[in-house]
Amino acid sequence: MERPLTQHIHPDGTTRTLREYVKTGGYSSLQRLSSGLAPKDLQRLVTDAGLRGRGGGGFLTGTKWSFVPMGPDAHKPKYIVANGDEMEPGTFKDRVLMEGDPHGLVEGMILAGYAIDAEVGYIFLRGEYHLSAQRLTEAIAEAYAAGYLGKPLPGTGFRFDLHLHASAGRYICGEETALINALEGKRAVPRAKPPFPQTVGLWGKPTVVQNVETLYNVPHIVNQGSDWYHRLSRTQDGGTKIYGISGRVVNPGWWELPLGTTAREVLERYAGGMADGVRFRGLLPGGISTAFMTEEHLDLPLDFSSIPPEVGRLGTATMIVLDDHTCPVGFVLNLEKFFARESCGWCTPCREGLPWVARILMSFEEGRATSEDLSLLKMHAKWLAPGHTFCGLAPGAMAPLQSALKYFHDDFERHISTGGCPWSKKSSQQRVLV
Amino acid sequence: MLSEIERRELEDVVKHYPDKRGAAIDALLSIQRRRGWISDDTLLEIAQFLEITAEDLDSVATFYNLVFRKPVGRHVAFMCDSISCWIKGCEQVQAQIKTLYDVDLGQTTSDGRLTVLPIACLGQCERAPALMIDQDVYGDVTPEKIEQIVEKYK
Repeated sequence: MERPLTQHIHPDGTTRTLREYVKTGGYSSLQRLSSGLAPKDLQRLVTDAGLRGRGGGGFLTGTKWSFVPMGPDAHKPKYIVANGDEMEPGTFKDRVLMEGDPHGLVEGMILAGYAIDAEVGYIFLRGEYHLSAQRLTEAIAEAYAAGYLGKPLPGTGFRFDLHLHASAGRYICGEETALINALEGKRAVPRAKPPFPQTVGLWGKPTVVQNVETLYNVPHIVNQGSDWYHRLSRTQDGGTKIYGISGRVVNPGWWELPLGTTAREVLERYAGGMADGVRFRGLLPGGISTAFMTEEHLDLPLDFSSIPPEVGRLGTATMIVLDDHTCPVGFVLNLEKFFARESCGWCTPCREGLPWVARILMSFEEGRATSEDLSLLKMHAKWLAPGHTFCGLAPGAMAPLQSALKYFHDDFERHISTGGCPWSKKSSQQRVLV
Repeated sequence: MLSEIERRELEDVVKHYPDKRGAAIDALLSIQRRRGWISDDTLLEIAQFLEITAEDLDSVATFYNLVFRKPVGRHVAFMCDSISCWIKGCEQVQAQIKTLYDVDLGQTTSDGRLTVLPIACLGQCERAPALMIDQDVYGDVTPEKIEQIVEKYK
């Protein structure tokens, strides 16, 4: 099984230097640019490869690039931004890449910049990833010294500058237009779309914001082609995916696997199954903005095309497992407290609705809930769904709630009928910040 | 007044952006590393450097949880309370911190040694529960291990 993104990452957690990176073929993709691969050709190659955004959206990368105005009349400078604001709970895949192989991101950024003729790139990194920041800073300095950055690439006239921007918290910065405001030094609330960043983005210029893992794929596609890239996958979406798992399983961790691997394989074969004494009840397939999957969904191929919309979506593919010793209502309360805390406050439904949802869930845990509260939860799941809020944060928050109400309805009912949490011995979730 | 060193640091980060205010977060964090937190006076000094109003800069500063607009202790413990850590018992770890140091979330110990704050998922989910003290990350933390960890920070 090929693992192009992670095969060289050191198991001991140390990073790879420029020398090591080059020895295993690093930066060789840039020679393709020098030998005449035009930006439009690179866009087409990535489209043909079927690379989809690994941040959770799953949008076709080549198509995203194709929206950027090209040619002499396009506004300049254009920008390429790596979204390294990895703050989706349960998600740690970009950290693994940035810590283990920082040059892969630099190379991916140069290629993506070339594809849209952007001369400046920013890596937008969450402030808490200090080790990633340190290693990326070193990698960027090495790449400048070696002439990959800051100098025209031989035979192309294309020169690329790359900066690292360490942020200062707040989940909303991962939303691409909020991220753009954050980079401009403004309060990080989302912007109205349209116009889309590809035409009017950072400082009003054409901008592509791309997830970190997505960018790591680009050099390999350039080196080995779109057919090879499709063969890595088991489904119609190209490539591998970093799958992860956390919760009460024997061996929590991450694995680079063919796209289309099933949750059952990740859970049983790689994570070693459920931990001693607990049983599986459900999982969130990719961060907390995705809907629950249960036993009946475990054999679905986990990719961007095979999960039926009524079941959910892949998200970041780093799954979180719910076991039978954990209260599903308490689980969802934890998620909704997170969303309530991280709402940027810009639009009313999200700012007011999410704390309300969290308070209602708290009333279930504390034994004060009535059947009317169950209806209130369902009402929120409906009115905070897509189309009612300014950005995707609140709709994301409703995905696990709505699916929990479906799959764990009896557990909600039991909280009402028994006047409290049946799992309660330790489930005294704090009242703070709700 | 910004010191000469502080000013030079800010001038360096400003170069990464086409306009000065792009460096707002870098500037706040850079000065905070030296002064511990962002007081009203500090805010004004940075705003003047960035050529924006203090109110404008405050709308940015107060938005971010890693910019401290109140004094913090010599060390800051960031307790991940997101779902993977919650499943694995982060509440028990935090309760143990309260027992040992008499400090709740959002508070600083009376000797000014440690501030304890909640934080969004630290991305260490495969070794939950996790916490970060200053810039050091710890995984697979238990109530039994927590004292030994915190004792490294005086």
